[in-house]
Amino acid sequence: MSEHVAIVIVSHSPDVAKGAADMVRQMVGSEVSVAWCGGDPTGQLGTDVAAIQAAIRSVNGPMGVAVLVDLGGAETNSEMAIEMMADELQGGVVICNAPIVEGAVMAATEAAGGAALDAVRATAEEFLS
Amino acid sequence: MAPELMRAICDEVVTRILANADELTDLDQAIGDGDHGINMKRGFEAIAAQAEEICGLPPGAALQKAGMTLVMKIGGASGPLYGSMFIAMGKAMTAPPDSQEDLAASLAEGVEAVKKRGKSQAGEKTMLDVMVPVLAAIDQPTDDPLNAARQAADRGLEATKDMLATKGRASFLGERSIGHLDPGARSSALLVHAVCDVLEGRA
Repeated sequence: MSEHVAIVIVSHSPDVAKGAADMVRQMVGSEVSVAWCGGDPTGQLGTDVAAIQAAIRSVNGPMGVAVLVDLGGAETNSEMAIEMMADELQGGVVICNAPIVEGAVMAATEAAGGAALDAVRATAEEFLS
Repeated sequence: MAPELMRAICDEVVTRILANADELTDLDQAIGDGDHGINMKRGFEAIAAQAEEICGLPPGAALQKAGMTLVMKIGGASGPLYGSMFIAMGKAMTAPPDSQEDLAASLAEGVEAVKKRGKSQAGEKTMLDVMVPVLAAIDQPTDDPLNAARQAADRGLEATKDMLATKGRASFLGERSIGHLDPGARSSALLVHAVCDVLEGRA
């Protein structure tokens, strides 16, 4: 897993997060590690800082992690999660300003080619321009 | 600050949030995703469950622990926003506060943290439209800082009604966000009133 930037998908909905991860695996293959989480601490729609940290931890490696988020709280909670685990992260962890499904697939495609985290993020964010 | 006073503030803040959770949800259903009351209730119930432990700590550490509890339990954007505010206020409180200046200095750090976390400023129909005026009200010598803080909170909250939301879910509504109070501003006003009322001996 350490040769590629990993992808973490954070949605308010576990179904959306898992579905986006499935699409990445099918379209890009399994050489890029993908983790996902969705739902608040009680399983309702929302996001969970502890679950986001666990997802990042599960794929964390020296190449870093690109995080794709859906709406407001997913981004805010992901920022909080990343700040709180700064000491244990090997590579960088960045949140991509990109649509969650398209961004995840684009990021993973770039990561599969061995690109560095900055390039992975830039590719995901190209979708906006 | 005596442990009994901290416990009184903690209990009153929890009581007000729980008592008004439905109103927060109603406000959020109008312009957001309708979960603000539920999320705040969950977060402050988690604080209530740990009240004894939290209030046994020095004030700065207690605020940080309460903030971390909100971050981990809320599951919506209000978790990191209120959590960051409490954590920053706690970090700034290196000694128990014993003056209006001490409280203002701590709150100033809290407000900065909210601005940074939310990438937001006052005037964007958020909790900052209450917290920024409240800070301004107590950040200067005044005869009745508690009343000044409450009035600033009420005016700030009321002002959100005519504002156009540019942050959070409400921004998707554009012009249609005008005419509604902001739910985050409402929850901030509830917290300000609760704290001021306890400090004044009213609650």
